[in-house]
Amino acid sequence: MGMLHLAENWVRDALKVLLHRRVHCGRWCPAVTSCRRLVSASGVIPAIWLHLLFAVLGMEIVAPTHASVLPEDRADILYHRYEGGGVTIDGPSILVRKSVGKNVSLAANYYVDMVSSASIDVITTASPYTEERTQYSLSGDYLRGNTTISAGFTSSEESDFDATTYSLAVSQDMFGQLTTLTLSYAYGDDTVMRSDDPGFMRDNTRQQYGVGLTQILTRNLITALNFEVITDEGFLNNPYRSVRYSDPDSLLGYSFEPELYPRTRTTTAVGLRAKYYLPYRAALEAQYRFFTDTWDIEAHTASLTYLHPWNDFTFTAKYRFHDQTGAHFFRDLFARSEATNFRGRDKELSPLTSHTFKLGVAYEFLSDGWKFIDRGTVNLSIDHLMIDYEEFRDISTGAAVGEEPYYSLDANVIQLFVSFWY
Amino acid sequence: MKWQRFVRVVLILAAFVAVSGCSNVEPWVKPYERDRLADPIMALDMNPVASAYIYHVYEAREGARGGEGTAGGGCGCN
Repeated sequence: MGMLHLAENWVRDALKVLLHRRVHCGRWCPAVTSCRRLVSASGVIPAIWLHLLFAVLGMEIVAPTHASVLPEDRADILYHRYEGGGVTIDGPSILVRKSVGKNVSLAANYYVDMVSSASIDVITTASPYTEERTQYSLSGDYLRGNTTISAGFTSSEESDFDATTYSLAVSQDMFGQLTTLTLSYAYGDDTVMRSDDPGFMRDNTRQQYGVGLTQILTRNLITALNFEVITDEGFLNNPYRSVRYSDPDSLLGYSFEPELYPRTRTTTAVGLRAKYYLPYRAALEAQYRFFTDTWDIEAHTASLTYLHPWNDFTFTAKYRFHDQTGAHFFRDLFARSEATNFRGRDKELSPLTSHTFKLGVAYEFLSDGWKFIDRGTVNLSIDHLMIDYEEFRDISTGAAVGEEPYYSLDANVIQLFVSFWY
Repeated sequence: MKWQRFVRVVLILAAFVAVSGCSNVEPWVKPYERDRLADPIMALDMNPVASAYIYHVYEAREGARGGEGTAGGGCGCN
């Protein structure tokens, strides 16, 4: 009786989906006729047939569970450009994802950063430079029932820095797909070199542990909680960067010496996201992240995003706020040479506050499909970052030592990309 | 240590989830009620290639990292 009841519920659910004229097959379908995967994805036809068959025979059946789904097959071709603070970084990123059979999805990413740097660090302690970073990633997802097992490999190469990362994750959908629990682990191995010293080579290892919980709370609200611990061990400072210390013997009143960081760092981050569907088909997303680490950096990051579809366009507006304390060994100006056991003057380790404003627009084309393509989008977004450093001073101004104005940075991030679903 | 406090909180949450698994939890949002959640604008990661890039920018410009991604799946669009 119990099984028959379950089967009937399943048929009732399937019919309600049909009446709703929308179905959950990995994409939003405004009308039944526009969704090619309707029958196979929701199992509507088999459900009706099975219900009739077993109602006649009076037999019990085992209702199929609502299985989890693999990520959609899609390709993205992106051009990115970061410009600000004397630094320009641009290049492509190409991501292709394709399922193989019903249970496996493979993804490959090719990413390039072309860097041209005359940043505040570079102009005050070194010479402008250009370099290129190339990154390849391969990953695979294997779906079995409500469990997805993912494995990935990433390799990044620069003339003076190599990084390799291996990752593994297990994701379990529970409670009728209302809850997804993900456990992840990644191991990274870096080699730090110096372009002016062929004999210089240092290692870092990095381990990353993550727990994620995605929860559907209501028919309009989805939330996610992420907890991530990352530990680093090895040579963690930049081999080129220097710290500044007071030096009465110098004409400027200060001199530079290489920075020296602790050899370990453990960071902990807890992030919370909530996305809400507004009654007139728009979405509002709030996000908060608390961060703390063993270098005494504590940060609060929050953002609010609004998405508004209009005809074939989707507009996005986002504001993001970030505030952090500084690392315990950060000083803009040390009292003397080798004043402390560890020393750093990386502006990202200074107390700082940043504001980001984002505007984006996506245009959907080929909505009715073309050959093997289901649909496509063209996307353009610009993020404007404003960062105020609260202890890092702008020594390029030539003001009195220790009284230089605090440095601030404005940057624009442009992303232009085309996506295809197939 | 602050991070140990977080580990404790996560372990308690994990234990809660594990214990809940023993009871018969009825999904309170039915599959036919997930049409809005299946709308692409409700995806937690609409464009993975773009979000991976912007998180990379933030990591490079700020002292914090991690915790901003998604747990994956769970969109109710099966």
